[in-house]
Amino acid sequence: MVFDKFVVSSTLYGLDKIMNTAAKFYPEFAQRLKEKNIVVQIRLRDKSLGRFFTFHKGRVSSKKGFHAAPDVEMIFDTLERAKKTLRLKRNMLDFVSAGKTYQIQVTGQDEDAMWFGETLNLLFMLGAKAGVDMGKGVTRYANNTNGGPVFVYVKDGKIIRITPIDFDNTDADPWVIEARGKRFSPQRRTTVSAHTLAWKSMIYSQDRLLYPMKRVDFDPQGERNCQNRGISGYERISWDEALDIVASEIRRMKVEYGPGAIMHGSGSHHTFGAIGYFTSAKNRFFNTLGATPVVSNPDSWEGWHWGAVHHWGHSSKNGGCESYSTVEDCLKHAEMVVFWSSDPEATGGVYGAHEGTIRRQWLKELGIKTVHIDPYYNHTAAFLGGKWLAPKPGSDNAIVLAIAYVWLTEGLYDKEYVAKNTIGLEAWQKHILGEDDGIPKTPEWQEKETGVPAKDLRALAREWGTKKTYLAAGGLTGFGGACRTATGADWARGMVCLMAMQGLGKPGVNMGGLQQGTPLDTRFFFPGYAEGGISGDYLNTASAVNMYQRMPHTPSINTVAQAVPRLKIPEAILDGKCEGFAKDPLTIEGQFKRIKYPAPGYSQVKMYYKYGGSHFGTMVDTNRYAAMYRSPNLEFVVNQSIWFEGEAKFADIILPACTNFERWDISEFAHCGGYILNSFNQCNHRVFILQHKCIEPLGESKSDYEIFSDLSKRLGIALPFCEGGHSELDWVKRYFEATDLAKKISWRKFLKKGYYVLPAPSEKRRDPVSYRWFAEGRPKDTPDITTLPGDYSQGYGRGLQTQSGKIEFESSSLKRFDPNDPERPPILKYRASWEGPHNKDLYTKYPIQLITPHPRYSFHTQSDGKDCTTNDIKDHRVLIDGYYYWIIRINTQDAAERGINEYDLVKVYNDRGAVICAAQLTERVAPGCAHSYEASAIYEPLGEPGKSVERGGCVNTLTPSRMMIKNSHAMAGNSCLVQIEKWQEGERCNEEMAYDN
Amino acid sequence: MKKWHMIIDVAKCEDCNNCFLACKDEHIGNEWPGYTLEQPLHGHRWINIMRRERGQFPLIDVAYRPTPCMNCDQAPCIEASQGSILKRPDGIVLIDYQKAKGKKDLVKACPYGAIWWNEENQTPQKCTSCAHLLDEGWQQPRCVQACPTGCLKMILVDQEELDKIIKDENLELLHPEFNTKPNVYYKNLYRYDKCFIGGSLAYEEKGRSECASGAQVSLYKEKTKIAEVQTDAFGDFKFDRLEEKSGAYTIVIQFKTYNKITLNVNLDQSINLGVIQI
Repeated sequence: MVFDKFVVSSTLYGLDKIMNTAAKFYPEFAQRLKEKNIVVQIRLRDKSLGRFFTFHKGRVSSKKGFHAAPDVEMIFDTLERAKKTLRLKRNMLDFVSAGKTYQIQVTGQDEDAMWFGETLNLLFMLGAKAGVDMGKGVTRYANNTNGGPVFVYVKDGKIIRITPIDFDNTDADPWVIEARGKRFSPQRRTTVSAHTLAWKSMIYSQDRLLYPMKRVDFDPQGERNCQNRGISGYERISWDEALDIVASEIRRMKVEYGPGAIMHGSGSHHTFGAIGYFTSAKNRFFNTLGATPVVSNPDSWEGWHWGAVHHWGHSSKNGGCESYSTVEDCLKHAEMVVFWSSDPEATGGVYGAHEGTIRRQWLKELGIKTVHIDPYYNHTAAFLGGKWLAPKPGSDNAIVLAIAYVWLTEGLYDKEYVAKNTIGLEAWQKHILGEDDGIPKTPEWQEKETGVPAKDLRALAREWGTKKTYLAAGGLTGFGGACRTATGADWARGMVCLMAMQGLGKPGVNMGGLQQGTPLDTRFFFPGYAEGGISGDYLNTASAVNMYQRMPHTPSINTVAQAVPRLKIPEAILDGKCEGFAKDPLTIEGQFKRIKYPAPGYSQVKMYYKYGGSHFGTMVDTNRYAAMYRSPNLEFVVNQSIWFEGEAKFADIILPACTNFERWDISEFAHCGGYILNSFNQCNHRVFILQHKCIEPLGESKSDYEIFSDLSKRLGIALPFCEGGHSELDWVKRYFEATDLAKKISWRKFLKKGYYVLPAPSEKRRDPVSYRWFAEGRPKDTPDITTLPGDYSQGYGRGLQTQSGKIEFESSSLKRFDPNDPERPPILKYRASWEGPHNKDLYTKYPIQLITPHPRYSFHTQSDGKDCTTNDIKDHRVLIDGYYYWIIRINTQDAAERGINEYDLVKVYNDRGAVICAAQLTERVAPGCAHSYEASAIYEPLGEPGKSVERGGCVNTLTPSRMMIKNSHAMAGNSCLVQIEKWQEGERCNEEMAYDN
Repeated sequence: MKKWHMIIDVAKCEDCNNCFLACKDEHIGNEWPGYTLEQPLHGHRWINIMRRERGQFPLIDVAYRPTPCMNCDQAPCIEASQGSILKRPDGIVLIDYQKAKGKKDLVKACPYGAIWWNEENQTPQKCTSCAHLLDEGWQQPRCVQACPTGCLKMILVDQEELDKIIKDENLELLHPEFNTKPNVYYKNLYRYDKCFIGGSLAYEEKGRSECASGAQVSLYKEKTKIAEVQTDAFGDFKFDRLEEKSGAYTIVIQFKTYNKITLNVNLDQSINLGVIQI
């Protein structure tokens, strides 16, 4: 006791001396001390011990005893508590627990209290060196992006280059796979996607938001002029003014309307990093605040989530699949790979850069055959060669049924596997043979639906039925443009059913196009961003299963039990109500839950706090969003954005966020975790990145975390949000210490070098192949934490998540939900696209089927527009008369009929909108089909927003907002009928153009 | 004497544009004194990726040909430059941007179109092979470092080694007829500058159309058989590496015991003959 008292007293006695000394050596700390003149009292609760610290003009002094009116008080319950907390190496679990049990209390204004906490934390970080000195004044930092990790060379505070990472000789050696007498091993480096190499031009883009802005005709005290959103200009304001307006509007919402009036939303992705990601800092802030979240549809999975789940489970993967050791299995045993709506060379899976490219080259080297089924002769097809089959968009389900027809009638399927591992083929067989509807689903029948010659279909079915075949369904299993058509759920269901007939899990028979399933160490703990980062949000992220017990931190729980489905935001605002379905991945039945907005007893949404400008480019029928933004029902719109683009131009207040190159963060190459568990196994190496703050934020921009931190101080919620004054770097360190990485490399070394390459496991430690256990009737032996225990029928790890534990051709969950649902019957039946050739009237008017896949050279809206270097990529945008137009790819025959020449400007239109694009004439699409990537970052209506011709390339203004199936929250943007004609020079925008709500 | 040479494998280019953007990353916003001024934000293509689509739906292929400065040994730009463009002993051709100022004609001097005009600085500019990095010890220029497929390679070798590589890997020059002695070599260039004749064979069986797999298809040029292939599982065949506009060919098809089919084709550009019914 006496000793404890001595320790605490002397620590406190020394604290101001340490700070003054630190200020002498570290200018940043001296600067910090100059920021505030305040008095901080540290004491025990019973006042048996105390010392107060006076911060004045950059100096700190202290005095034993108690100040009469301190600005901040830090109060410890007991002497022991004070001793534990005031030590250099704090135990964070102990610290967080002490806060939760009020053994530590902090009082005072949030601004002052957090400043003191941040100052103490900063003291612990001093002296740490980040980055490697390359000589001549150049420092090499590390960072991570949506297209791979990078080195960042900085000189005089300016980024001079961003490159992929070449490993040095201290980094681990890669794995080797031996297959068919050859040895395959990846290079000792990381690859990047093109859009990653555009980052420097995006950081220094002329479209960067450098100051807070206010719409000129927005007056929070008077006329708000909501109808002028998207039309009026902006004026620069100070951060104080911007934050005051936002904070007072937030308060007004809470006081005037009650819980639920504030809505927050983002794009589907963010700048990389576990701390700054929207699932992390943003969730923590809005949960702490209490707000209505926008709930996203599983926009890259869609049909898999709403369809495939009912046949093989995997709800936690949104219907995607296991992917372990499939690269080795494929190279060793497969005879053919069918790429179906799969273009990993364009998309890099997700975040996977060009890691899979070399592996697909090995496929070629070994002479393994490839087939590509896609309405577009995609880049993977062009790279690998092989047979190309081009179905009409949204008709892939007819191919599925016809393949099954050939297999059933010619006996080309694995009867033993079907008997042991599946149920319900008899019921499906009846439909395929036409016993239920009189229509045998023959290759000839499918030809009428798909345009694929019957002979080619038969040849494919026979090849597939007699060769060990891998199915790459989507760039990453669980993705693919076909899953975002009107029949996307049917296609994904079909992918599972077909593989069930061929023995999924047997050697050479599995899912994937060498995009996933590298032999990396999956047992090494380092979470991805979907594990929630610092959010403490164990309800809406995967924090509960992975992060929460590893990094002690306070939870954050949203008290507002109301949500708005993302695809229905316009209806929620304009009509005041909407419905949708939840995306609850914990169990199959999670998706049957209905969302009703407004929720009972909650306020309607009156304010939207949005991250960035991506709705227009990436959602569907997006002129609706323009109409929504211009409605007086939305009293206040704030957009926190890096660039001035898209819907950022529809805000009342714009808060300038900085990029991840201007803040601290931590992450792993291609690892999102959560819904794509172990997604790093798209890579050839596990690479962990200390994302350095390479340069100071440009202009007055700030990191998302800092903006939220500033707001939280004004709103009086800083203590729970910042957990007592944690900076981003503090969080990065805590995160690092929560992972297995801390056992491999010291914090100081990691902070300096910026990356760590995890050694690959020995051959004997490699994971078993996906589904091999299932095929062989053993308990699961893959390192897959889901299915959750309660969802097994036969005991933990025994069988799949389905009711029978088997692959179900006839789905039990759909039988339970609604056996008579015409759109989603228990067995997969043929259903024609609701926007396609079968809609006679519409098809006559709009005879071109437009597909809008995920883009190749931008990461959704990131890396598009912004006057950045991707503009110059010939296949991304085309410069015509001084403007970079978006490209639409049309068949030469369709072009000739319309008098359209290469790079003519064309108007692509339907009842929902009209977009001016540059025409690229090609044989890569069939006549009657056109291809234009989704996700233009630019939305530039020539007249009234939402009602006029758009020339930025926002082709999602044309896509339908109808739900894929009624009982879903799923978009079907790849089922879109349009007409294309030459854009007449000087054609006036049609103000009267029908706006289809 | 070792010199730098670039080797470009057209079969490995997939138009990812990493080379193109890495070049921009290196040169936009950065001046490398003694090597080059900044590249303008837009408009220049120091490595220019050309696209060639061959055939007609649905039997097509696509090739891409990255085109940097050829670092020619007999460079027309040097000849036209009046001393403002120089060749280094390691083979790299560099523009002296001070001496070349105002000489817009140099843009036209390059038959490969590799020189670009910087309007702001009134200087011609081009790919420098990232000589400023190679001189600092980098092993490869930025475009090569960023290439994920192995399409681009940069090697520092003497003539003897080079000759061996050219022979072993079957390398060729782009437009040898320009006679400029380029130091950039191409592999699988036929994918870009040659043509194919392709088609799909079908036959009737039990009243249904089937792919004629395993048929013998022979290609004749003036009665000389120049190639023979078998149709694949889809009945498809393809004769490649034919010259553009090379005129009349004869194709003879033999499938099982069916009668021989003879087709005459006049080759202009790559052609998909479509479905040939046996």
